[in-house]
Amino acid sequence: MTLPPFEGFGLGLRPQHYSDFLETEIAVDFVEVISENFMVRGGRPLYMLDAVRERYPVALHGVSMSIGSADGVKPDYLRQLKALADRVKPLWVSDHLCWTGVEGFNSHDLLPLPYTEEALDIVCANVSRAQDVLERPILLENPSSYLTFADDEMSEVAFLAETCRRTGCFLLLDVNNIHVSGANHGFDPYAYLEQAPADRVRQMHLAGHSVGKALLIDTHDQPVPDPVWALYETACRRFGPAATMIERDDDIPPLAELLAELQIARGLASPWMRAA
Amino acid sequence: MNLLAQQRALRDHILTGAPDHPPGVAATGGPGLAVYHHAYRAQLAACLRDTYEKTWGWLGDEAFEASARFHIERHAPHAWTLADYGAEFTDTLSQLYLDDLEVRELAWLDWTLRRAFDGTDAEPINEEALAQVDWDSATLTFAPTLTVRVVATNAAAIWTALAEGVTPPAAERLPEPGAIRVWRAGLSPQYRTIEAFEAEALGWIQQGITFTGLCERLAKVVDDPDEAARQAGGLLASWLQDGLIMAAA
Repeated sequence: MTLPPFEGFGLGLRPQHYSDFLETEIAVDFVEVISENFMVRGGRPLYMLDAVRERYPVALHGVSMSIGSADGVKPDYLRQLKALADRVKPLWVSDHLCWTGVEGFNSHDLLPLPYTEEALDIVCANVSRAQDVLERPILLENPSSYLTFADDEMSEVAFLAETCRRTGCFLLLDVNNIHVSGANHGFDPYAYLEQAPADRVRQMHLAGHSVGKALLIDTHDQPVPDPVWALYETACRRFGPAATMIERDDDIPPLAELLAELQIARGLASPWMRAA
Repeated sequence: MNLLAQQRALRDHILTGAPDHPPGVAATGGPGLAVYHHAYRAQLAACLRDTYEKTWGWLGDEAFEASARFHIERHAPHAWTLADYGAEFTDTLSQLYLDDLEVRELAWLDWTLRRAFDGTDAEPINEEALAQVDWDSATLTFAPTLTVRVVATNAAAIWTALAEGVTPPAAERLPEPGAIRVWRAGLSPQYRTIEAFEAEALGWIQQGITFTGLCERLAKVVDDPDEAARQAGGLLASWLQDGLIMAAA
């Protein structure tokens, strides 16, 4: 299974901006939606998604696949995600390198994995299962994390690279998450970029974060900060053509502000795009 | 320690705070554990505020947050969709507000309208199909989102006031039990207060009796065939006007 690169700049579709996207021409190349918000039986969510899809390419981004669950990926979840993907015909389907629940419990949070050989085997089996059901390669996103494990046997980026190698999946690199986790766990975010498999990166996320007492927190409630822009510029140089999206999930500003941020991304990425 | 044991330990820590430091978590993990412990509760509380917005407005911040905390500590989410969390919150509020019937009825209305919002689509019967109906044998199919509940209080009036941003009326018992029906018309969730006899009629139709059967049952209740026919005709007109009937055959 392959997935050709898509060179474009997009925004997350949020209800506050539905009318903007449907009533005016918004200068984006794609929109990203949270898959679970549209894995419903009917009503306004699917109506809006269909209308948006007529005007823009859509990427499906999930938060509940729980690709790292030791007891496997839930078949009913995959079936419903497949039905949504068949309806939307997305650019791609993505989710996070994390687990959200186990044995019937669901935290609805992106919980961290130990980076061990055993976890790698489980994640790879789950990715392969998901790709088989979805009949397409998926993109895995590096999470923000707030703790590590004493048994870690490899770095997060090495874990992701090996998952890509074994399963054929691709990467959604969240540049803000690299910055946040790097600050929280003391690794060099630029070395992380160097070690990521460049040929597997299909999308990048940009976002803001909050500064807590002891940790940076991935809150998606602020503009993209300067250190993340700097890291993004390096990522563009290293990875070349890839889709870029700005994530904003809280304290959501008028669309014009997000489009202005997206324009900054275009400027930083343009020297490294194929069209340049 | 294998991954399953590791995940069980972190799950238990998130749910209960114990063990204090799950085995396998790096020694530096204390602040991170606090982040996950807090985020779990904050997300579920936000979900309950969003789903039960009018109930929140009625109870006020402090009482609602206390009820949410009580619920979250006793009800862990199991579904992959956050939208399903809070299905039992009405029961929790019934337990906490035993004597305040309007609270559980408000909560039911919040929950049921939210379910109708993204419930199954269906097209109301059109005029052409309606003209073909043989009313002597017709059974009716209602909108899949239709839900009916008998109520004892003016919760619907309170909900309406809160939705309109005006001061809600005091809670009071209805002189006689009434009912509320919830459904979705097009893309818009709807609710309407109805009399108890309509709730009963809706239940009969949902059990599969024909329209003629409905007229016969109403005739027994009101002991007057003409009045029963008039009532049945009124109900039918109302259901058609509200887009409740999907098919009649």
